[in-house]
Amino acid sequence: MEHYTMNLKLKVWRQKNAKSSGGFESYDVSNISSEMSFLEMFDVLNERLIREGKEPIAFDHDCREGICGMCSMYINGKAHGPWQGTTTCQLHMRAFKDGDTIVVEPWRANAFPVIKDLMVDRTAFDRIIQAGGYISVNTGNAVDANAIPIEKDKADSSFAAAACIGCGACVAACKNSSAMLFVSAKVSHLALLPQGAPERKTRVLDMIAQMDKEGFGSCTNTGACEAVCPKEISLTNIARLNGEYLTAGLTVDK
Amino acid sequence: MNSKIPEGLLDDKWSGYKGHVKLVNPANKRKIEIIIVGTGLAGASAAAALGELGYKVKAFCFQDSPRRAHSIAAQGGINAAKNYQNDGDSVFRLFYDTIKGGDYRAREANVHRLAEVSVNIIDQCVAQGVPFAREYGGLLSNRSFGGTQVQRTFYAAGQTGQQLLIGAYQALERQVALGNVKMYSRHEMLDVVVIDGKARGIIARDLISGELERHFGHAVLLCTGGYGNVFYLSTNAMGSNVTAAWKAHKKGAYFGNPCFTQIHPTCIPVSGDHQSKLTLMSESLRNDGRIWVPKKQNDTRKPNEIPEDERDYYLERRYPAFGNLVPRDVASRAAKERCDAGYGVGSSKQAVYLDYASAIERYGKIECSKHGIENPTAEEIRHHGMEVVKEKYGNLFDMYAKITGENPYEVPMRIYPAVHYTMGGLWVDYELMTTVPGLYALGEANFSDHGANRLGASALMQGLADGYFVIPYTIGNYLADEIRTAEIPTTHPAFEEAEKAVADRISKLKNINGSQTVESFHKRLGKIMWDKCGMARNEAGLKTAIEEIQQLKKEFWSDVKIPGEIKEMNPELDKANRVADFIELGELMCIDALNRKESCGGHFREEMQTEDGEAKRDDDNFCFVSAWELKGDSNWELHKEPLIFDVAHPSQRSYK
Repeated sequence: MEHYTMNLKLKVWRQKNAKSSGGFESYDVSNISSEMSFLEMFDVLNERLIREGKEPIAFDHDCREGICGMCSMYINGKAHGPWQGTTTCQLHMRAFKDGDTIVVEPWRANAFPVIKDLMVDRTAFDRIIQAGGYISVNTGNAVDANAIPIEKDKADSSFAAAACIGCGACVAACKNSSAMLFVSAKVSHLALLPQGAPERKTRVLDMIAQMDKEGFGSCTNTGACEAVCPKEISLTNIARLNGEYLTAGLTVDK
Repeated sequence: MNSKIPEGLLDDKWSGYKGHVKLVNPANKRKIEIIIVGTGLAGASAAAALGELGYKVKAFCFQDSPRRAHSIAAQGGINAAKNYQNDGDSVFRLFYDTIKGGDYRAREANVHRLAEVSVNIIDQCVAQGVPFAREYGGLLSNRSFGGTQVQRTFYAAGQTGQQLLIGAYQALERQVALGNVKMYSRHEMLDVVVIDGKARGIIARDLISGELERHFGHAVLLCTGGYGNVFYLSTNAMGSNVTAAWKAHKKGAYFGNPCFTQIHPTCIPVSGDHQSKLTLMSESLRNDGRIWVPKKQNDTRKPNEIPEDERDYYLERRYPAFGNLVPRDVASRAAKERCDAGYGVGSSKQAVYLDYASAIERYGKIECSKHGIENPTAEEIRHHGMEVVKEKYGNLFDMYAKITGENPYEVPMRIYPAVHYTMGGLWVDYELMTTVPGLYALGEANFSDHGANRLGASALMQGLADGYFVIPYTIGNYLADEIRTAEIPTTHPAFEEAEKAVADRISKLKNINGSQTVESFHKRLGKIMWDKCGMARNEAGLKTAIEEIQQLKKEFWSDVKIPGEIKEMNPELDKANRVADFIELGELMCIDALNRKESCGGHFREEMQTEDGEAKRDDDNFCFVSAWELKGDSNWELHKEPLIFDVAHPSQRSYK
């Protein structure tokens, strides 16, 4: 692949902290290599800002290999930017061309308040897991791992749902800021396994209740979440969650 | 320094220990507070297990959620001596492979315990709902990994670390819901508080507000991972750091084998000065890929234009018995040797080819035969071969394509070794306690189980072993004598002093107001470390490195520039704190490497090699753990813990 360099205009959301109101600021960045990752382009800009005595742009990132779920930029109107099935950190600059203007915002949702610039608070996701996104088994209680065979297809589907990285792109993309794809991925992961069966009904009811309490919106099945999900978590999981929720609501024993 | 290894035969040490260890009764557990720093596999599993037992746990991580710790990025798998494949595996074999793979620089008793509890880990993870790969019969699937002759690696596609961490994270969040664990995310530990010689708490910084906080605990567990980012470029996450371990070191904890670093042979090479981190390509790629460079120096032809007889498959040439599957340390050194000699490829010339063309052809022919295609065309063979490779390695090939923009099905991948893991860490005894009573280190943060080289799929095993199955027993032996210790108020002078020292250091850093960025210092440190304390080390280079690092330290403390305020979210300030500690650690690593005048595992001293360039161990003089005690600025004292091999007798590793 031919490498090239480009000059770009960035419009980035700047916000000092949760209490202040923010706004866009424009930056010209030059000599950006097509081999850089999107976040490395931000590194270059931040180094320049520091040298100029200005405040660098705060953004979340950690593993930079698409698995930790920390990076979270809304790029040109799309969560994680233009590439399909890709986190912000794995997006590379060859997705852009010389002279482009790139608009970068934080995730926007009431349940994800902005901490600073492009960083948001996603602890609501942790609280949803606390409501029931686990199997209640204390350490040391387990039977032999091969004591319960699990159908390969079910194990594979469970894994596909468990691949969710909890980044929150689904919420950011949803016009209702619904967390249904995230919650359904966890409900599916555990409901598809025999180990998850004893708590299957209470889990889905409790997790949905917590989701509502956190201020996430309702799901209207537009599928924007699936379209931006960097791990391509399927909408089928939402269908499964709806089934689980209905059954649990009708048959729960308490 | 007492390693507290139990008496008795190797097989009986752990069961004997568990049978006689002191216990804390449930009513007393409720009164005891434990601080856990870091929430990767070791930290999250320890927090969950100790919370389940009834202790009051406070867990800290610098990320926005405990689920993000870098254990999540582990790809390949986790070893366990289950012998589900009926292929001759056993606790003894896992123990022996690990000791040998570590080039006889690990403690026998610790490694044997690790092998024993490995089977419990898999049971526990499956019970938690970790979706490991399965066969059609519904039972668990295994694959093989480097350094072993059995199939004992359990996996979940190329995301085993993610699935294990999510399992531990969910167990942790369950304890948070039950009120047994209190979670502090976006918090960074900046000091250990020691009262009357015992660890009694920490000073942490709330990274959102910038405020310092004091937290009391009857014991403190550091589960803070490795320090590979001292090299600036590594496969670690951007935030991975040595700060917690380094603060412990400054408070009296010895640092074990700091120079033992693992350089992983198959990573995507550096593409330019802007590079911020390196990405690993799973070891499994060496099963089918062939590694080569051109026979001609500075060959500028494209790989596909270089005919077969002008390629040097140097691993197959040098190591006919193991070929491309030699252990990580050997493969890495061989790649470096070729590139240094002028045979490297790509624009940087710091890369070698990992070629799938012959695998595609081989698989293609098999598939054509299966499909009954007689006299298949080259195109047909290629088509069928690509399908097979896609199924086996598709996600890795996609990742390579995303990062490099090249299609690895068409052109050979370019790879180069990169820093991946650190076998060294805080020195701990058999109970995982450091030399500071009440201060423990678990997982990659300690030095204990991998010797001078870690085998693939063993890091996950160690993290979870320490957290789920070792610390719940060993910590009781200490805490049983602490039940009369009431909660110490954080107004105690030791807390005051520690907080003041942290605050003073932060304001000192902030007020330097120099001209160079934190990042630029980190890059320079990384270059010194990589050039002189990386894959190959020699006396002159290490001595120069020590001088350069001391100079860099002076420059850092007089010319670093940190924007923003102290009392706010300030990632540059966080980074400055970490880089300051990396600089000091770098010096100790070089001192340790200089002191260890032998080659073993990942530590290669150029003066100590066989005639054909292989690592030469010196068991007569260096069969010990180096445990360094900090005595003052740039001043350390070496303590030696002799390694005694009762069962696995040291021999020379050969892969020819």
